[in-house]
Amino acid sequence: MTRPLPWLLGLALVALPFVYTAPYPLHILVVILIWSFAYTSWSVMGRFGLTSFGHGGFMGVGAYVTALMWNKAGVSPWLGIPLAIVASAALALLIAYPCFRFRITGHYFSLVTLALSGIVLQVITATRDHTGGSLGYTPERYQGGSSVWALQFGSKTTWYLIALGVWAVGLWLWYRVDRSMLRYALEAIAEDEDAAAATGVHVTAEKLKITVLSAAMTALAGALYCQYQMFISPDTVSGIAISLQMVFAVVVGGLYVSLGPTVGAVITILLAEILRISFGTRAVGYDNLVYGILLVIFIIFLPRGVLGTALALRRAS
Amino acid sequence: MGFDIYLLEALINGVLLGGVLALLSLGLNLIFGVIDVVWICYAELIMLGMYAMYFLYTVYHAPLLVAAAACIAGVAVLGVLLHLLVIAPLLGAAPINQLLATGGVLFFLQSAATVMFGIEFKNLGLRLPVLKAAGMFISYSRLLAFAVALIGMVLVYLFLSRTYTGAAIRAIAQDRQIMPLMGVDSQRIYVITSALGGGLAGLAACLLVLQYDVHPFVGLTFGPITFLICVLGSLGNFAGGFVAAFVFAEIIALGGLYSDLEWGYVLAFAFFIVMMFVRPQGLMARRS
Amino acid sequence: MLTLRDVRAGYGTFQALFDVSLEVRSGEAVGVIGPNGAGKTTLMRVISGLIRPTAGAIALDGANLATMPAHRIVEAGIAHVPESRRLFPRMTVEDNLRMGNFTPAARPKYRERLDVVFGLFPRLAERRHQLAGSMSGGEQQMCAIGRALMSDPRLLLLDEPSAGLAPLIVQQVFDLVTRIRAGGLTVLIVEQNVQQVLRVVDRAYLLKAGRLRASGSAAELLATDSVREAYLGV
Repeated sequence: MTRPLPWLLGLALVALPFVYTAPYPLHILVVILIWSFAYTSWSVMGRFGLTSFGHGGFMGVGAYVTALMWNKAGVSPWLGIPLAIVASAALALLIAYPCFRFRITGHYFSLVTLALSGIVLQVITATRDHTGGSLGYTPERYQGGSSVWALQFGSKTTWYLIALGVWAVGLWLWYRVDRSMLRYALEAIAEDEDAAAATGVHVTAEKLKITVLSAAMTALAGALYCQYQMFISPDTVSGIAISLQMVFAVVVGGLYVSLGPTVGAVITILLAEILRISFGTRAVGYDNLVYGILLVIFIIFLPRGVLGTALALRRAS
Repeated sequence: MGFDIYLLEALINGVLLGGVLALLSLGLNLIFGVIDVVWICYAELIMLGMYAMYFLYTVYHAPLLVAAAACIAGVAVLGVLLHLLVIAPLLGAAPINQLLATGGVLFFLQSAATVMFGIEFKNLGLRLPVLKAAGMFISYSRLLAFAVALIGMVLVYLFLSRTYTGAAIRAIAQDRQIMPLMGVDSQRIYVITSALGGGLAGLAACLLVLQYDVHPFVGLTFGPITFLICVLGSLGNFAGGFVAAFVFAEIIALGGLYSDLEWGYVLAFAFFIVMMFVRPQGLMARRS
Repeated sequence: MLTLRDVRAGYGTFQALFDVSLEVRSGEAVGVIGPNGAGKTTLMRVISGLIRPTAGAIALDGANLATMPAHRIVEAGIAHVPESRRLFPRMTVEDNLRMGNFTPAARPKYRERLDVVFGLFPRLAERRHQLAGSMSGGEQQMCAIGRALMSDPRLLLLDEPSAGLAPLIVQQVFDLVTRIRAGGLTVLIVEQNVQQVLRVVDRAYLLKAGRLRASGSAAELLATDSVREAYLGV
């Protein structure tokens, strides 16, 4: 903890936007940071074998509840975001409790959560009169788009610092879990639930704790995304595609490493941007096409992810 | 009086929908029971089958039965390709990786469809008559889909119970390791099962395209429901999936009666959650 | 008929068999006895192809088995009745027997083989539509042996046929082995129940900690001190 390198890097990251002010790269960095935080949130439970394919649902709830509360009820995101987090946590409890209580694990759990994100998307579309459905939803700009009360900022630098802070908090939470008794309990559960229960671990309670934490963090990511982009739609913040994207990115980066999700975010977002720029408006969908192929190849040939493989190679040498 | 008729009509439509959903869950259960993998992209295979029907019948004016046969064969081949290219290399890998790989294929297929066919909704353009009986309107295409789905399931049942390969498929789901002692080449059985799963998806595509438009993301409407059906009926359990399919179909039909179709799906999911609390025995998970 | 020469085999880094050499001549019944963990099941598996040997040669009438895929070995004429029966529990007796008859060469002989099996095990005929998992241990053993016979094998491998069965049933199983032999079938049995197996085989090997320690006729082995001490409590 007294190693200087992480602190120097941290300082460099904070100083970055003051030195290098080009808006587009800053925008990409903000997007990367927000998604890194979202992916880290997923990995907080994903690393323990609780493979949720439904985190798109939590992100969607986070984004839409915040935006709806602001537009419909004038509730500031400072209150709206906690509400969204609570809503997301409640949803997580509702789905996870019966799953864990009745030992729904593995494939079953993944499929149930997959359906969850699909249903959240359906709900958003079905309530199109309030949410705009597939056309998307825009939070109203307040004071010209620059207001602390409305949590809207025009300056990319401000958003960069906010995103950086939240990302750092996400990593801190990851480490807190990593160093806690919860981690050991969950690893024991992941290996053998019955044996863990026999040694006094409250299996359902421990699993619920991590699930609620993960869902809450993901909801925050969704809310931040909403406030930054000032536009949300069911496909960009919820649904199966988003859920899959999360799992992919973490696996690509490295599931058991703290910075794995971040590396995954960097790789996947940069890749998507490069593809988007190369194919441009000429062909819709080509970028996702290449993305999909590359991801399948990755899963087959680099199952431990980039960071995971790199660390394993270093340990072996 | 009139209200009762609508209810009855919805109930009947539910049964008709149930037939097709049961066919879908059969395919998914087959793959899971035999190969122990979930094809998350199963609905996307169906989507491609629907596009195949559209092009063969509407654009190239092939006779309907020829188009259907080609569609079934084509998606069967897709199933085999999926197994050989994506599943087989990952048979020993962690289940999360297997799920992810088929998830990647889901991404890929949706994008491929977007690139090749565009995002507009396409319709088969086949206007089948609507039957009027006792004040209810039952669409002929629904009846046809139900009948064909049932026939398909009976054929699969006969195949599984009366042929050597069918017996091997049932056996491999019960004890994978000793199959070689029976003289069975497990890899061949996986390929045959993948073809069968793909073929069933192709058949489902033929039936669904009669009633619904096709677009690259149409798989998202019935994919999640199929997964829920299989989970509720117990993954790999054919009879369970069959029953669960009809239960879900009725809920969707009834939900659609009182509100938009999307609420039918939401209601089905809510029902699923309730079932998980109420009847966990129906969901006793096999440790995977 | 079957020869093993200096066979080594194991699971990953754990080696279970060390330089095992044995042979089984056509028409013989040969036993392999030894304590728990000696490697008897591993021996069966390496012959039937479920695991590959890491060294050594295995041949059936000259055909090299060491590289042959397990399902081909069945076609070559070896049928393996695995430890703990391993029937397909949710399939009927008849379906289980049909699975034994899977190889292309065996299928045309289905009726004929079925008659043989039901002739040997009349109780199975009564239970042909019963789910295999619902039968008693002894009946399951009959079914498992019957399933192996459906492939019309030249060599029958029996892995611990007495395991988990009551003494009376064990007696019946080994009586059956004698009857199967009478039909000319070559048999290789691995067993912990020394008394029963030495009763029905011509020759036997003693396997301990992965190595063959002794071999000889059944009578000779019964008289060997080490065998008597270890297994017969004499």
